[in-house]
Amino acid sequence: MPQYTTYQPKPYRPRMSAYWYLDQWNYLRYAMRESSSFFVAYFAAITLLQIAALDRGPTAYAHFQALMRCPVILILNVLALAFILLHAVTWFLLVPRVALRQMLGRPTPDVIASVPNFAVWFGASLIVALFILRVI
Amino acid sequence: MSSAKRSNEPIVWFLFGVGGFFAAYFLPIHIILYGIAFPLRLLHDPGYDRTLALLQNPLTRIYLFVLLTFCFFHAAHRMRLTLSDILNMRHLNTILAFLCYGGAIVGTVCTIWKLAVVP
Repeated sequence: MPQYTTYQPKPYRPRMSAYWYLDQWNYLRYAMRESSSFFVAYFAAITLLQIAALDRGPTAYAHFQALMRCPVILILNVLALAFILLHAVTWFLLVPRVALRQMLGRPTPDVIASVPNFAVWFGASLIVALFILRVI
Repeated sequence: MSSAKRSNEPIVWFLFGVGGFFAAYFLPIHIILYGIAFPLRLLHDPGYDRTLALLQNPLTRIYLFVLLTFCFFHAAHRMRLTLSDILNMRHLNTILAFLCYGGAIVGTVCTIWKLAVVP
């Protein structure tokens, strides 16, 4: 069966580099912010390990503490902190952009509109820290 | 009668959104203390007995359950989208969704189990 091929429309497929996120600083920032999710999962898993170690007894908990002192894990923890701080700051700056701007009907500077978020963050961190350090 | 297929996006986005707040508000202090300050002996680690006593308080366990569950689902949703967008794995969407949300469900079940058997 003859087929018409001369002017067959081709679907438009823009070619995208596998490393497209290195093209612009904005893209790289986006990729880094989204990658924070791997570290969220990582430290949630570490906390789960800690609970399991507490369940099993003092020896298991000593092993957990020794694991946290291992240099590779320490470096991972510092990386996780950096990425999760990036997540926290971008998340807090994002919220007023979608909420307050509509309520007030005019643009509010992101940093000023985010102050309540940062206040809750520091307050919550302080309370959790006091519990973890067994001050309260 | 509507024949439109219902999307599950609102459910996973709700878990992602709430989890984003929990991860942002509470995870950094956990990492600073248990992940960095205690191992480097910058601050005094209260040790096994006093940390276990904290875990034995039901409010601590409710807090940890909520924190870890939302963190797992937040991470699962974002990891799925990150892998499909940044690493161009869109064609593996179904497998990625299965692995990410499946992982979050496994994490949640383990959390409930471990918090339930606290001595």
